[in-house]
Amino acid sequence: MTSTPVPAIKPRRQVRRPTLNWRRAPLWTVMLAACFLSVVPFYLMFVWASHPSAEVFTFPPHLWFGGAFADNAQALMRITDGQAARQFWNSLYIAAASTVTTLFFCSLAGYAFAMYDFRGKRPLFAFILGTMLIPPLVMDIPSFLVMNNVLHWVGQPRALWVPGMANAFGIFLMRQYITSALPRELIEAARMDGATEFGTFRMVVLPLIRPILATLGVVTFVGAWNNFKGALIMKLSEPDTMTLPLSLRRMAGGATNVNVDWGAIMMLVVITVIPLLIVFLFASRQVISGLTSGAVKD
Amino acid sequence: MSQRLTAPPRARLSYTRLQQRFAPYVFISPFFLLFLIFGLFPLLFSLFLAFHLWSPLDGLGHWKFVGFENFTLALGAQDMFWKTLKNTLWIGLLSGIPQHLVALPLAFIIHQSLRRFQGAFSTVLFLPYITNAVAIAIVFATLYSERLGILNYLRGLIGLDPVRWLGDPSMVPYSVAAVVFWRFVGWNTVLYLSGLQAISEDVYEAATVDGANQVQKFWFITLPLLRPMMFYAFTLTIVGSMQLFEEPFMLLNDGGGSGGAGLTTAMHIFNTAFRDLDMGYASAMSWLLFLAIFVMSMLNNALFSRGGERQ
Repeated sequence: MTSTPVPAIKPRRQVRRPTLNWRRAPLWTVMLAACFLSVVPFYLMFVWASHPSAEVFTFPPHLWFGGAFADNAQALMRITDGQAARQFWNSLYIAAASTVTTLFFCSLAGYAFAMYDFRGKRPLFAFILGTMLIPPLVMDIPSFLVMNNVLHWVGQPRALWVPGMANAFGIFLMRQYITSALPRELIEAARMDGATEFGTFRMVVLPLIRPILATLGVVTFVGAWNNFKGALIMKLSEPDTMTLPLSLRRMAGGATNVNVDWGAIMMLVVITVIPLLIVFLFASRQVISGLTSGAVKD
Repeated sequence: MSQRLTAPPRARLSYTRLQQRFAPYVFISPFFLLFLIFGLFPLLFSLFLAFHLWSPLDGLGHWKFVGFENFTLALGAQDMFWKTLKNTLWIGLLSGIPQHLVALPLAFIIHQSLRRFQGAFSTVLFLPYITNAVAIAIVFATLYSERLGILNYLRGLIGLDPVRWLGDPSMVPYSVAAVVFWRFVGWNTVLYLSGLQAISEDVYEAATVDGANQVQKFWFITLPLLRPMMFYAFTLTIVGSMQLFEEPFMLLNDGGGSGGAGLTTAMHIFNTAFRDLDMGYASAMSWLLFLAIFVMSMLNNALFSRGGERQ
């Protein structure tokens, strides 16, 4: 690190500065094409949601917005018996409960593994990491049986967010960040000032780990919001528990169903995706850097 | 100030010590409590069920021991298990290999030449990764529509015949793989980009001093130093595609479309467990799938470690 001449890098950077030179045109074309393909399905769902139901499918297809946005929203409310708002709320509740509890329990455990020395710390942490090797799919059936035959939580939203409250990935991410970003002296100082262990966590640690809380928060929120298989298995199919992905599935009835109101479905697709877009556009940089930094270490 | 200098009373001191000693155990206990209830117990229960014939309607305790019958049934010729495993692997290869073949050059371009815009590019490319699989499958299903979809419209513009994207069993794996590819190529690009950023400029400078050209730098510096990230990204792709469920389930219904060409093992297990209520058989298959994932991961591991020795 120290032996290589640092000034040697600088001239190269200066040469690199004029970015818009024509030799880069092919690279720009490739990148813009990739970005275009990433975005175009999002664009199309908004276009389709703005056309009358009968015109969602026309030949040649619509590529620009129409004027039926409000009509489709009304149709959606009619078809779902006014339940679309309730479904949105159910999804939001599960995602929010999941996020708040995951952030709390994972940061608490991550803090313990990063800042305390206690007997059994290494094997316990190794054990937690080891549980990540179990494919989620193997857990589907037995966790349904626990919910169905033991706890009787099937059909209740908490079946979706309680089991994941303290998860291995979150604890790992938190430990990584706290180990590298939080000086131990700070914890010592708080103790000297007479703070309890939990008080130190709440008043000193939590405010200082906001960046990684944002990362894990967005990841958890998005994961819970998108959880389709979980909702399917735990049968959140009653009007007062149905989540948006389940509702989408029921309305579309499989993709080959023709006798459906496509305008209304596209409206629901848009409603399902909008919170994801909002959450992500506010926090994308933080999420990407937080996730990938966790990936490089170890 | 003066208060801090006086020694705290004894009882308080010992309480302080006590809570300092036990705090870490309390802090990590939620994980272990939850794991016991929602992890370990279900896991053992699933292993137990794999050797039994049982439906949840029978109630607890009314299971019938069948030994390895569930496993031999799944591995036998008359069952769907092998077929679904083949489907899963095929769709996984069709989506996974292009993902990495495209993501690595994209990351390289962003890192090497378009550095100033890497934030914007990675945000846009990351977008498909966070989106809802059900919602996006509906959008793709409309694109794939045989008579009125945009894809066949575009084919028509250049004079090609329409394709039955979701109706023709030989097309189905490609159509499903395309959606999976679309969702995860940006995620892999972002992973590779961060791997590239972690490589120190100094190494390249030293190589330049030694007279290495661009190709040599890529081959002898970038690729070897990117190995850990490639291993990580490959592992995620393998584990993820072996459990593929939502995209084919939404695009093709639970049967996996005509001829069952899009029926993945995860869907088959889901149907067996929750539609046919044959929990023991489904458990056995989920353990077999676990085994398959494990074997694939080990192959991936071997591929990377052996290559490492050669370097």
